[in-house]
Amino acid sequence: MRPVLYVLSFLAVMGLAFWAYRENYATQHALREVAGLQDEIASLRESLALTRAEWAYLNRPDRLRELATINFDRLGLLPLEPGQFGQVTQVAYPRAKLDLPGDLGQPVTIMGEDTDEGDLP
Amino acid sequence: MIRTPLRPLARILHARAQGENPDAIEAENRRARHEVMRDRSRARAEGRILLLGLGFIVAYAAIGAQMMKIAATEPEEPRSASSGAEILAGRADITDRNGRILATNMLTHALYAQPKDLVDPARTAQMLAEIFPDLKAEDLQRRFTDGRSFLWIKKVISPEQMQQVHEIGDPGLLFGPREMRLYPNGALASHILGGASFGAEGVSSAEVIGTAGIEKALDARLRDPAQAGAPLELSIDLTVQATIEEVLDSGIKMMNAKGGAAVLLDVKTGEIIAMASLPDFDPNDRPQPLVKGDPADSPLFNRAVQGVYELGSTYKIFTAAQGMELGLVNPETMVDADAPMIWGKFKIKEFDNHNYGPLLSVTDVIVKSSNVGVAHIAMMIGGTRQQAFLRALGLLSPSPVELVEAAGAKPLVPARWPEIVTITASYGHGLSSSPLNLAAAYATIANGGITVTPTLLKHPTPVEGARVLRSEVAKNSVSMLRQVVTRGTASFAEVPGYAVAGKTGTADKPKPTGGYYHDKVINTFASMFPANDPRYVLTVTLDEPVETSGPEPRRTAGWTAVPVAAEIIRRVAPLVGLRPQVDAGAANGLTAVSVTE
Repeated sequence: MRPVLYVLSFLAVMGLAFWAYRENYATQHALREVAGLQDEIASLRESLALTRAEWAYLNRPDRLRELATINFDRLGLLPLEPGQFGQVTQVAYPRAKLDLPGDLGQPVTIMGEDTDEGDLP
Repeated sequence: MIRTPLRPLARILHARAQGENPDAIEAENRRARHEVMRDRSRARAEGRILLLGLGFIVAYAAIGAQMMKIAATEPEEPRSASSGAEILAGRADITDRNGRILATNMLTHALYAQPKDLVDPARTAQMLAEIFPDLKAEDLQRRFTDGRSFLWIKKVISPEQMQQVHEIGDPGLLFGPREMRLYPNGALASHILGGASFGAEGVSSAEVIGTAGIEKALDARLRDPAQAGAPLELSIDLTVQATIEEVLDSGIKMMNAKGGAAVLLDVKTGEIIAMASLPDFDPNDRPQPLVKGDPADSPLFNRAVQGVYELGSTYKIFTAAQGMELGLVNPETMVDADAPMIWGKFKIKEFDNHNYGPLLSVTDVIVKSSNVGVAHIAMMIGGTRQQAFLRALGLLSPSPVELVEAAGAKPLVPARWPEIVTITASYGHGLSSSPLNLAAAYATIANGGITVTPTLLKHPTPVEGARVLRSEVAKNSVSMLRQVVTRGTASFAEVPGYAVAGKTGTADKPKPTGGYYHDKVINTFASMFPANDPRYVLTVTLDEPVETSGPEPRRTAGWTAVPVAAEIIRRVAPLVGLRPQVDAGAANGLTAVSVTE
C-alpha cells in the first residue's frame, strides 16, 4: 500500500511542478502583453492629443475667417447677423398630398428626350 | 517528573490490614492522573485553536488591506514607451465653455549633448548651426571642447529638426522627451491664458509651469495628477471671443486708439463670456516684459483687468441708484443742476461748459450726464454711505477673477474721503478701477440688484449674491440707462432688435507727473442688453481714441466707444442665442406649423 502512495504523491508533485512552470510563463506572457498594450494606449493617447491639437489649430477662428473670405464666391458665408433670425410664420406650411386615385397623386418624373446611346439598364 | 505510583505500598498494606479493597486506592489514583492528563491536553488544544484563529485573522487582514489599497489608489496611467517616465497628460488641457481646446500639450523633444561621446565635434557643430540658424558653429565647437560632460543645445525642437539631427548621426547628440504647452488659437484670449514655460528640467522630463494668466493662477489645479484627465473648462466662448477681438481691433484702428478692452459678462452667473484686451500677443511665444517705460505699453498688459482707469461718467448711475435705494430721490425728483457749482475753492462744471439747470429730473441727470446734478445727489447720500455702496459693488477692491494679474490691480482710491471726494466720485473722477470691476458692478444692476462675482470658470447655475438694491430700483436704473441710448449721449448704441441700455464715460488721462492731459482720454461705454430683461453686460474701453470724421477731433465716448460697442452687440447677440425683438406685427391668429422629427 505504502509504495503506491509514494509513487502517487511523487507523480502529484511532478504534475504540480509542471503546472506551476506553465502558469509562471503564462503570467509573464500576460504581463508582457499588458505592458505592450499600455504602451500602445499611451502612444494612441499621444496621437489623439496631437490630432485634437491639430483639429483645434486648423479650426482656429482666424483661419476659418480667412478661408470664408477666400472662398466667398463659392460659399457666400457671412457673419451671423440679427436679420437672419426668421419668424415661424415665414415658413410655408407643407402642402398636403392630393387625394387622387391610383398614382395620380404622386409626383411624376419627366425624362429628357430619347437618345440613341443604347438601352439603359 | 515524579510519577505518583498507582498502588503505593504503604497505603496498600495499611488498607489490607484494615480489610479494605486496595483496588479502590488504585482506581482513585488512576482517576487523579487522568484528570491531570486531560487538563494538560485541553490547554494544548486551546492554544492550538488560538493560534489557528490568529492565523485566520492575519490572513483576512492581509486580504482586506490589499483590497483597501486597490480601492483607494488611483488607477495607474499608461506609461510612455520612449522615456519610461510618466510624461503624458502631465498638465490638464484648457477648453472653452463648448469644449473647444484653448491650451493643450504636445510631445516634442529637447536636444542635449554629451561632448565626451562626440565623434567629430567640429563637424557636428557645423551641421547643427546649419539646422538651427540661431546657433553659431564657433560657439558650439568651443562649448563641445571645453571639457564639460553635459550641454543643453535646444529646449524644444520640431520633428523635422529632430530628423535632421538624427541624420548627423553623432552618438554624442541625445534627445529628451518634452511636453510642450500649445495654444492652437494663437493670440486669441492670450491675456486670459497667459502662458507657460519649463520649470525644473531633467533629461527624461521637464516640469511645465504657468507664467501668467489663468495658467499661473490655477497652476496647482492644472498640475494635479488626479485631475489631469479632466480639462479645465472656462466660461469663455471661443466664437464670441474671436468676434469681439475682431470688432474691437477694427474699432481701435478706426478710432486711432492706442489700445482697448472689452468684457462681456453673463449677469445671472457672473461668467465672463469674453474678455479682450488689445494689443495682444501670442502665448506660444510670449514676449519679454518691458524693462523700462510704462508697463501699460507692453502687449502683455491686460487692459481689462490690470488697466486701472478713471472710468468717468459711467459711475453716475451708481449714485442715482443709491439715491433711489435710500429713498432720497425717485426718477422724477427734480434736483439742482445749476452749473457751475461752486464748492469751496473747487468749481464743478459740465462737459463743454453747458448748463442743464436750474433743475433737472434724476432721469435727465443721467440722460444728459450732468456732473452738477449727480454731485447734489451724492451730497444727500454722504461720503460714508457712498463708500460703503461702492465697496459692496466691488469697485474699491481688486477683482476676484481667477487671473494672477487681478490681485495686483488694486483700484486707486483716495486715502481720505472728504466731501470733495464724495462729489468727484459721484461722477467717476478721483478714483479708478478696471473695466472688469465696472462690468461686475453693472451686472449687479442688471441682475436686479443682487451682486455678481465675475469668474472665468464655467458654472451654469447662478451664484447667490448679496442684495444691494431693491429690484424696482434696479429696474428704474436700467430704464434710465435705456433712455441714455434712446435720447441721450449714447444714441449710436441703438442696435435694431436688441434694446441696449448703457452709460458713456469720458475721463482725461492723468499725467504721471500729476494733473491731467487735455488731449488724451479714456473712453468707456458700459452697457447691458436686452434692456427689458438684461442677460449680458458689455463694457468697452478705448485708450486715447480720437474720432476725426468731423471738422473738430472728437474725444467723447459717444463718438468712439459707443459705435464699437454697438457693432460688438450686433455681432455677438445672435452668437449667444439672443433673438432680436422686432416688431413683426401683432400675431393675430394661429399659425400652422409643421414639426419634423
